[in-house]
Amino acid sequence: MSVQTPISGLPTPSGTPGAPKLLEVRDIVTRFTTDRGSLTAVNGVSLSLERGRTLGVVGESGSGKSVLSRSIMGLLPRSNTERSGQVIFEGKEISGLNDSEYRELWGDEMAMIFQDPMTALNPVMKVGLQITESLRFHLNMSKSDAKDTAVALLKAVKIPEPEKRFSSYPHEMSGGMRQRVVIAVALACGPKLLFADEPTTALDVTVQAQILDLLAEQQRERYMGIILVTHDLGVVAGRADEIAVMYAGQIVEQAPTALLFSEMKMPYTEALMAAIPKLTDASHTRLAAIGGRPPDLVNPPKGCAFSPRCPYVQPRCHEESPTLTPSPTAPEHLFACFYPIGSPETEEVRLRIAAQRLMATAPEFVAAPAKTPTPAEQSPVPAPPEQTEGM
Amino acid sequence: MFILKKFGQLIVTVILVTLFASLLLELLPGDPTEVLIPSGSDQQREDLRQELKLDQSFAVRYSTWLGNFATGDMGNYYTVSSDRPVSDRLWQSLPVSLLLMFYAQMLALFFAIPFGVLTAYRKGTWFDRTSNTAAFAMLAIPNFALGFLLQYYLGVKLGWFKTGGYASPSESPIEHFQYMILPTITLAVGQIAIYMRLLRSDMIATLQQDFILMAKAKGLKSKRILFRHALRPSSLTLLTVAGLNIGTLIGGALIVEVVFALPGMGLMLFEAIGRRQIVAFQSMVAVIAILYILVNFAVDLLYTVLDPRIRNANKS
Ligand SMILES: Nc1ncnc2c1ncn2[C@@H]1O[C@H](COP(=O)(O)OP(=O)(O)OP(=O)(O)O)[C@@H](O)[C@H]1O
Ligand code: SF4
Ligand SMILES: [Mg+2]
Repeated sequence: MSVQTPISGLPTPSGTPGAPKLLEVRDIVTRFTTDRGSLTAVNGVSLSLERGRTLGVVGESGSGKSVLSRSIMGLLPRSNTERSGQVIFEGKEISGLNDSEYRELWGDEMAMIFQDPMTALNPVMKVGLQITESLRFHLNMSKSDAKDTAVALLKAVKIPEPEKRFSSYPHEMSGGMRQRVVIAVALACGPKLLFADEPTTALDVTVQAQILDLLAEQQRERYMGIILVTHDLGVVAGRADEIAVMYAGQIVEQAPTALLFSEMKMPYTEALMAAIPKLTDASHTRLAAIGGRPPDLVNPPKGCAFSPRCPYVQPRCHEESPTLTPSPTAPEHLFACFYPIGSPETEEVRLRIAAQRLMATAPEFVAAPAKTPTPAEQSPVPAPPEQTEGM
Repeated sequence: MFILKKFGQLIVTVILVTLFASLLLELLPGDPTEVLIPSGSDQQREDLRQELKLDQSFAVRYSTWLGNFATGDMGNYYTVSSDRPVSDRLWQSLPVSLLLMFYAQMLALFFAIPFGVLTAYRKGTWFDRTSNTAAFAMLAIPNFALGFLLQYYLGVKLGWFKTGGYASPSESPIEHFQYMILPTITLAVGQIAIYMRLLRSDMIATLQQDFILMAKAKGLKSKRILFRHALRPSSLTLLTVAGLNIGTLIGGALIVEVVFALPGMGLMLFEAIGRRQIVAFQSMVAVIAILYILVNFAVDLLYTVLDPRIRNANKS
């Protein structure tokens, strides 16, 4: 792009003398005015990203992932929305831009891939035109150049017969193919930053992997920074360099991927881990693994936002809210929890709770053999002698 | 297959509509010939009665007319001095009505589309509220009242336009315009309000769609997003209603033609009822019904242009 303008009054991002980071987000807060009152969808999120790297943002439905991406990109509607915090893109503060200044960035410098390819493409426009229009607008390409580029893009995202597909309508393609088109649209002008908001949630498991591989390949080729949003820790496991776990609009744990998986600290991350869909599950199955419901963002609970659902909750959790702080052992590992997993002083709590839970459920198993099952009731697979082990 | 179905639909509709219309005329008391040729001799009347089969049953009269109509004979328009074929007058008056409805429809869409799109985009602002209030006001004014008002202020008082009569566009385009402008406005005003409101609500729904956000994330200008991305998927209801509205429009055109003395189908129909021109009346009603169905057929075809998904559904 053009010459970078240094932002006055801001310290240069540490560790990167000269070249500023691709993206630096500081303390973003996004509130919506609703009938019930002010809804805090994003509550003080900070993060940063370099080119060529992937940040995974993980959290359940309603945790504010989409609102966060849209806040960073400036895509939220202006009415009923209140946003604060800084978004520094290539060293330039962009959160105060007006729509016409944003248009220079949208599609050109930063792009977004949407969750549902069935609804993300205009149903009454040929896919070719949906790709060429941004080429013509941002890069001032001629009609024929834009067409050639679009066909090349369709080819790059591995759509068979790209020339023919250029003049197809979205409804003539499968979900996976449409998502490839959505990716082609996003990649068209060569963005430096790509937001992928649940790019595979609506797709079959096998197609999911193909799409994620495609994204990774394009990232290498184009040296893009990617923010990969998902509710499925499994999706980001092998793909993200770093993972931020979101709950109720806040980042509650953040670490390089390997570290997060080996030493997760937050009970919420642990619950998400248990919710990773197995390959054997039918696709699109909704995850029910985390008990309880996400908190009301208009009236959030006092103390730790996860406390009403946390299996390890302690009295202190209801009074104070933990802040995101670096782990004493690894400063790149941040988490917000008073009683993190693995800390010696809480292991006892953890064991006691586990024992209590086991005892609470045990009577069922004790009672079961008393009733002799009729042959019809017997499962074809012989039950293991100690059923409690399965817990 | 599609065409065949439409054709069957057309025939059934024409029969039902004309049957119903002529039954209504049948209910009028008295001898039609007294109205048709008030100063005619007894012999002339008797001849006319024979010709119109007034001594026979309604079923015979109706089926005779239907048979004639199917072969292109629309019957005669009876006057004391001479009888003229209905088709003559029809070919004169039909273009007047068609032009009036076409202009009114165009004028209505010309205002309704941008206002519908912009009020949806600016939902809840003073612009939206003002436009909505104006739309309700426009809906509340009856056609004929508005016609008289325009006639009086713009025609009589200010003398800008002609208040009654007609000139065909081939005779004098300028006079044609002067004669047509007030009837067109009168007929269009109510439609503007309906179309604008319809488009507005469909646009609001479309603007919530993912593909609109995606278009925004591509960095496209609002104008392009609204008119290239959002308008077409939002216009199906508008199109349907515009098609169905042809009925209302025909009714409106009838009144407007009478108010502005425009020699169209409406005025002719109005006269035909007053003069008990049973045959002419039946033929004109049939022509209007056919037109109505043809327009709706055109609307069906337009759907497939607007939405490619329907194109495929029709094929399979
Ligand atoms: N325009 C809006 N007005 C009011 N509330 C909103 C708006 N957009 C989002 N929200 C609320 O903000 C919260 C966060 O929504 P968001 O879409 O970011 O969740 P998410 O993490 O992306 O979930 P999902 O996995 O379902 O996409 C939700 O409670 C949602 O209801
Ligand atoms: S702070 Fe307490 S309630 Fe919150 S996650 Fe940690 S243990 Fe659970
Ligand atoms: Mg989302």
